Amino acid sequence: MGIGWYLVVSALIFAIGAAGVLIRRNPLVVLLCLELMLNAANLALIAFARLHGGEDGQIFALIVMVVAAAEVTVGLGMIVAIYRRNLPVDVDELNELHG
Amino acid sequence: MSAVLFFIAAIGALSGAIGVVTIRNPFYSVLALVFHLISLAALFLLLRAEFVAAAQVIVYAGAVMVLYVFVVAYVGGGDDPLASGGTALKVLGPLFALAVAVELCIAMLGTALKGISGKGAPYVSGFGTPAHIGKLFLTTYLFPFEVASLLLLVAAIGAVMLARRRRGLEPDDELARLLTAPRPAYTGTMAEGAGSRTGPSTTVPQELPERPTPVGERG
Repeated sequence: MGIGWYLVVSALIFAIGAAGVLIRRNPLVVLLCLELMLNAANLALIAFARLHGGEDGQIFALIVMVVAAAEVTVGLGMIVAIYRRNLPVDVDELNELHG
Repeated sequence: MSAVLFFIAAIGALSGAIGVVTIRNPFYSVLALVFHLISLAALFLLLRAEFVAAAQVIVYAGAVMVLYVFVVAYVGGGDDPLASGGTALKVLGPLFALAVAVELCIAMLGTALKGISGKGAPYVSGFGTPAHIGKLFLTTYLFPFEVASLLLLVAAIGAVMLARRRRGLEPDDELARLLTAPRPAYTGTMAEGAGSRTGPSTTVPQELPERPTPVGERG
């Protein structure tokens, strides 16, 4: 299969993830959709690594996975803190930072 | 053969992604994401990224998703309606996603990159194996490697600080009560051993046997 096919799949996954971030209101699902977008970027990175025959893209993908894990940890910690304080677990109602 | 595998894995990844967005129960969304990640690992294998595929399955689909499942079970996110509040976003979100997809496809397929329709560079033996990746991580990319480990440490400490039970805000009378309460008798404290129990140690459990008279006190 050509590398272009992989890139098209990556673009579609990224678009689905972006739509999910915009549509969904549960912060847990918003985090899941962020994961989708990061994974789409990973697929593109690895496809380009295959295209150029170097492993640098794979290193980049692994670093992206580390950053995603860190983001998930902090995000889930925030969701647990929100739940403990009996605030609504809903991104539309958590708007105290509007100013 | 690889074309068949590619289409199976790609359809799996796309359907998993659509499932994450459209399923209402967050628990099933997480399971759909696990399916998506495993399909994506198959795509990585087709691109000869063996180590990244293994790390994807073990770290992502294993560890990170277990964390998600725990938090979903704790928060108990029930069925939430799909964007019932903002109807504008409900229409604009998919439109935006469609625009992004079309734009990305045009940008990727319309480039003058040579070989984007080919199968990529000729395969070198050992490409993408743990040996090669590890060697790169410990030589060329040593600094990003160390920064990544530091980032993970910071994230772990930050998550603990965020999700901890806030005990400092309210007066901590529980701990003070525990510290000042008289200890029950016969618990083997040093004061007991020296024969000089101080304080009103009257909380002898009823089921304890009667205290035998010490030998020295009898006469």
